[in-house]
Amino acid sequence: MKSWLTPRNAFVTALMIVLALLPVYSALTGNTFMVTLFTRILILAIAAVSLNLIMGFGGMVSFGHAAYLGIGGYVVGILAKEGINSGFVQWPLALVLSGLFALAVGALSLRTRGVYFIMITLAFAQMVYYIANGLDRYGGDDGLTIQRRSDFGGLINLSNRTVFYYLCLVLLMATVYFVWRMVNSRFGLVIQGARSNERRMRAIGFPTFRYKLTCFVIAGVLCGLSGVLLANHTNFISPALMHWTRSGDLIVMAVLGGMGTVFGPVIGAVALLVLEEALPHLMGLASYLATGKEVAAAKEYWQLILGPMMLLIVIYARGGIEGLISGRRRG
Amino acid sequence: MADTLLKIGGLTKRFGGVVASDNIALDIVAGELHAIIGPNGAGKTTLIGQLSGELTPDTGQVFFDGQDITALPAYRRSAMGLGRTFQITSLFPDFTALDNVALAVQAHAGHSFHFWRDARMESDLREPARAALARAGLSNRADEIVANMSHGEHRQLELAMALATRPRLLLLDEPMAGLGPEESSRMVKTLRELKQEITILLIEHDMEAVFALADRISVLVYGRVIASGEPAAIRANAEVRQAYLGEQEAVSAPGAGHG
Repeated sequence: MKSWLTPRNAFVTALMIVLALLPVYSALTGNTFMVTLFTRILILAIAAVSLNLIMGFGGMVSFGHAAYLGIGGYVVGILAKEGINSGFVQWPLALVLSGLFALAVGALSLRTRGVYFIMITLAFAQMVYYIANGLDRYGGDDGLTIQRRSDFGGLINLSNRTVFYYLCLVLLMATVYFVWRMVNSRFGLVIQGARSNERRMRAIGFPTFRYKLTCFVIAGVLCGLSGVLLANHTNFISPALMHWTRSGDLIVMAVLGGMGTVFGPVIGAVALLVLEEALPHLMGLASYLATGKEVAAAKEYWQLILGPMMLLIVIYARGGIEGLISGRRRG
Repeated sequence: MADTLLKIGGLTKRFGGVVASDNIALDIVAGELHAIIGPNGAGKTTLIGQLSGELTPDTGQVFFDGQDITALPAYRRSAMGLGRTFQITSLFPDFTALDNVALAVQAHAGHSFHFWRDARMESDLREPARAALARAGLSNRADEIVANMSHGEHRQLELAMALATRPRLLLLDEPMAGLGPEESSRMVKTLRELKQEITILLIEHDMEAVFALADRISVLVYGRVIASGEPAAIRANAEVRQAYLGEQEAVSAPGAGHG
């Protein structure tokens, strides 16, 4: 047996401890911004883990994954606007609709591969994006403010910042555990086999399409959950939720963190969103050190740093940050 | 009538102006090792493609065990007991050898909508897989990642995977391709053991191996079967010698390749 005390496990454990103790730090220092930022990170990490299930393990590069964020979010927003605040109605409906949408997209797109698959998933997401834009009753392209978060009676109070943070953390961990079990099950091996060599899978007797479609639907439901949480987190929905650049962000998180490992996308989500916050400040600081006064424009160009970082990781660490830490490389 | 396991009738497949399969009719009898030989471009791999379900013939039919399988997809044919190997090695390179074969076992162990249990801990998948690896002579390489194995081992693994699907008919597409002399003779030995139990349709370039193994041989030239019969008859057939064997003097020399 391999030792459990590897650099990778130490890193994951440290990250888990930081995530678990963050609200404590926040309460002690009065810094609520950190909890807000990390709630958002946890929620998008769920979406990244779900994308990685189909992309990293199944080889299905969906460029329309943000559509499920939108569907999950809009179900919560629309029902709230119509006076239905119960989470017991909102959440299951959001997950079911996400799954049905994934079923429709998958049934069509999974008959194609490569760039055509990417284009079809993008096209469907754009369709939903423009539908949301046209929903005048629900804010059109301005979006819609949600007056009340999902109501679970006395069970759990989502309006409490700390409670909501821990709910998101628990759901993320549950998602990671579920995906981990799944990718090592019979089902998961079929999905991975189909990524690796679909022709051989059929030759040894697997009807691969139905397994890939099921996987696609599961990923859609998980990402729908992320959308539900995101709407509750921001108390606001708008078509921007499912802009195609958001789908791109999710891909970046999975690639950055490490595709084809269950925990990689969590690391990727933390890394990308923390960098997004921190880099503008660092750029400002650098401009101050260089010129003696802070140059406001420097903050605007933080992506100049992020871009090359992405490049280096993609070129030198094919397994993303996760692979870098565990010393493992994927071809 | 001897049991015909695979019956091919009037099979024709065109690619543009090229007739890759020209009205092919063949009967593969249960228990035999039937070899198909022919020069490059004779349409051997096109034929395998139609038999395994990757290509649909323009006309003609394929019957397996009395059932018309002409329109069935590859996975259904596999489920019925039609196994195959690939001329160009076709494996799951980032899995271990055992994982590869266990996946083939899993394909024939009911549906795979099991989401929770660790499939690598299921002994009813792992044990048959180990047995298939052993038959192909790879017992000691079970836990090796496939990408790190040699070409010869890949060919053995090809065979192990096909065996793990417990086929009644095995389509072998050039199992000796790229093998050195030693590896080839090991493969011949393995196939000789296998033909005791499984009906085999062997497509092969290695004449020595073909004449050592085959009960019957069919010769394919430009998509047509020009001769079909026992090895001695094929060796003596003038048309075959002219079309094909003439190029291979070592084989036409008396006594070569008897097994």
